Amino acid sequence: MSAYNFAFLDEQTKRMIRRAILKAVAIPGYQVPFGSREMPLSYGWGTGGVQVTASVIGPDDVLKVIDQGADDTTNAVSIRRFFVKTTGVRTTTRTDQATLIQTRHRIPETPLAEGQIVVFQVPIPEPLRWLEPRETETRKMHALEEYGVMHVRLYEDITRHGHVETAYDYPVLVNGRYIMRPSPIPKFDNPKLDRNPALLLFGAGREKRIYAVPPFTSVRSLDFEDHPFTIERWDQTCALCGAADVFMDEIVVDDKGGRMFVCSDTDFCERRRGR
Amino acid sequence: MSGDGHDAALLVEGLHKTFTLHTQGGIQLPVLRGVDLAVYPGECVALTDPSGSGKSTLLRAVYANYRPQRGRIVVSHDGRPVDMVVAAPRELLAVRRRTIGYVSQFLRVIPRVPTLEVVIDPLRAFGVDRDTALTRGRALLARLRIPERLWSLSPVTFSGGEQQRVNLARGFVGDFPILLLDEPTASLDVASRAIVVELIHDALARRVAIVGAFHDAEVREAVATRTVSLHGTEAAA
Amino acid sequence: MDGDVPLLRARGVTRYYGSRVGCRDVGLDLWPGEVLGVVGESGSGKTTLLGCLSGRLEPSAGTVEFRQRDGRVVDVLRMPEPALRKLARTDWGIVHQNPRDGLRLGVTAGANVGERLMALGARHYGQIRSAAVDWLGRVEIDRERVDDWPETFSSGMQQRLQIARTLVTEPRLVFMDEPTGGLDVSVQARLLDLLRRLVTDLGLSAIIVTHDLAVTRLLAHRLLVMRGGEVVESGLTDQVLDDPQHPYTQLLVSSVLQP
Repeated sequence: MSAYNFAFLDEQTKRMIRRAILKAVAIPGYQVPFGSREMPLSYGWGTGGVQVTASVIGPDDVLKVIDQGADDTTNAVSIRRFFVKTTGVRTTTRTDQATLIQTRHRIPETPLAEGQIVVFQVPIPEPLRWLEPRETETRKMHALEEYGVMHVRLYEDITRHGHVETAYDYPVLVNGRYIMRPSPIPKFDNPKLDRNPALLLFGAGREKRIYAVPPFTSVRSLDFEDHPFTIERWDQTCALCGAADVFMDEIVVDDKGGRMFVCSDTDFCERRRGR
Repeated sequence: MSGDGHDAALLVEGLHKTFTLHTQGGIQLPVLRGVDLAVYPGECVALTDPSGSGKSTLLRAVYANYRPQRGRIVVSHDGRPVDMVVAAPRELLAVRRRTIGYVSQFLRVIPRVPTLEVVIDPLRAFGVDRDTALTRGRALLARLRIPERLWSLSPVTFSGGEQQRVNLARGFVGDFPILLLDEPTASLDVASRAIVVELIHDALARRVAIVGAFHDAEVREAVATRTVSLHGTEAAA
Repeated sequence: MDGDVPLLRARGVTRYYGSRVGCRDVGLDLWPGEVLGVVGESGSGKTTLLGCLSGRLEPSAGTVEFRQRDGRVVDVLRMPEPALRKLARTDWGIVHQNPRDGLRLGVTAGANVGERLMALGARHYGQIRSAAVDWLGRVEIDRERVDDWPETFSSGMQQRLQIARTLVTEPRLVFMDEPTGGLDVSVQARLLDLLRRLVTDLGLSAIIVTHDLAVTRLLAHRLLVMRGGEVVESGLTDQVLDDPQHPYTQLLVSSVLQP
């Protein structure tokens, strides 16, 4: 019987991915190509994020895995189990106790601290892909800062809808240089990216790219002077814990269309309720 | 002949122009064979040769529309002598904008450009502001008896005589020191011809140097200060 | 005069396709405010020449120099690519024969016109939009169509939109490749008229490649006649068309039906 290597990946692969991560950290927002490996989950389910986590996790880490803000959804559970099986590390649902957080589609409400690492699962890393299908061309555009087309995208939104319609995966300018897709987090979470004390890593497995936002780096959401960036707001507060100014899920509770709004971040909500 | 060429506005020396028709077996048509001519400010020189003898060819050569094989055509442009035969295209364009005006026998019409705009266009090169230009253009069109209702229309639909008068307005609106007139009164009625004579006299009073081909003997007599034959053929006095 | 340095200077521009001559040993000087026509039939090398002059084709030999706004002269063929791309977006304009090659079909007319402004850092939606609307008016496109997609425009309108898109940064030099090709005659006339006015009003310099002598008569101050990759005649437009010297030029001029 063969046992898995620590965190599933062989050491050479981890080394390769760490080098890519170092390069990404040295050039905030720049997409670094890497040799994405076959993982025991399908493309589109977080292979990039899992490879990044597997390359940085150590035996003393405390791991938290969330999906849409919740620790207990199927995917979060699967990935957490995977890492327990291949590393034996401690896991937690508490944001403030984790050293390493892998996430899909949300940033925790609890403010992060220096020393923490957040790994984001990214489907499409290239912000210019909507207009330019050629990889050779988009690489040149990034190299030459030819970013006029990103504002064309926003211009079109305002023309069509009167406001910028993009609600998630909202493009940002990192460190005043590279334009980046922050993964499909709601734009509500974009402000959390700016000068965050934690290290933010982004992994796209199918597209084979890694990028990073080092701690305390400026991250600005793109906008126009006369149409500044705004985030979502709710009239309601969380039905369970009463929190306002958090990102909320809308839950249908009965067959008559009854619904309630609750915190999307389950850990945050539970702790407010004293559990 | 007055003067010795040194203060001439226009000096033509030993001009040769031959056309070679390659599309017709390469036959050669020599039209100008060593033409000499000096024109002074305030002079109106009328070329008296019969049709087809090269009057138009000479005028076009002076304007650098035709390219001579040999000879010199010297004008004073911005205080410097310029030889139209060898000058660079850029210089020729500048000479045409500010030094030599040319009134041909027909107006090359650009559709959709109103008559008044056609007329004042040359003033742009003289740095005249738009309001002044419009005033001058209107005055000239009125003088040439083009009805005001036509000023905002393109000359495309005008009669031959009307087009020619627009052409004349365009030629006389600027402050060219040299004017070339190629049959300026063709297709004009008696009254219009008289106005053209007046315009030429006004120009001469401004010390413009004029060279022209005037088929109409009456007009020629009224404006010419000197007659010249390119080929020594004397026109009837 | 604008000093002694031309806006664009080319010397010995040569381009081979294998052993076939694209263009050979072409030289020209272009000054501010001048329009140069390059005429010839298919295969004459005029399009190859245009490509070499605008840095899009690499010549086999020759130099092309451009005088920037700050007065410095740059070697177009040896410029680093980022600088060349920037030049092509700001101080140069390109009008393609097929407007679809010069437009973004997936975005509105307003976005097409505003893109260069946004690329240069314009960040006020209202101002970008009104600049776009203003330019649509200047190229005689109904301003109401600022939010329409170019696919809904006629080909003449698409061509005018392409012109607006490229002129919005007020380039000093515009390269045009058969700008009226493929358009109906009446549409052509309107477009030529527009180009003529814009060239005069904006003081543009332009190099126009065309097979249509009537286009050059209307737009160009000077002409180069090309045949088999070489320049056979050059001069002022009216010189070349009224007093053609070279046998080929005479043939070309005599072949054109006078309207």
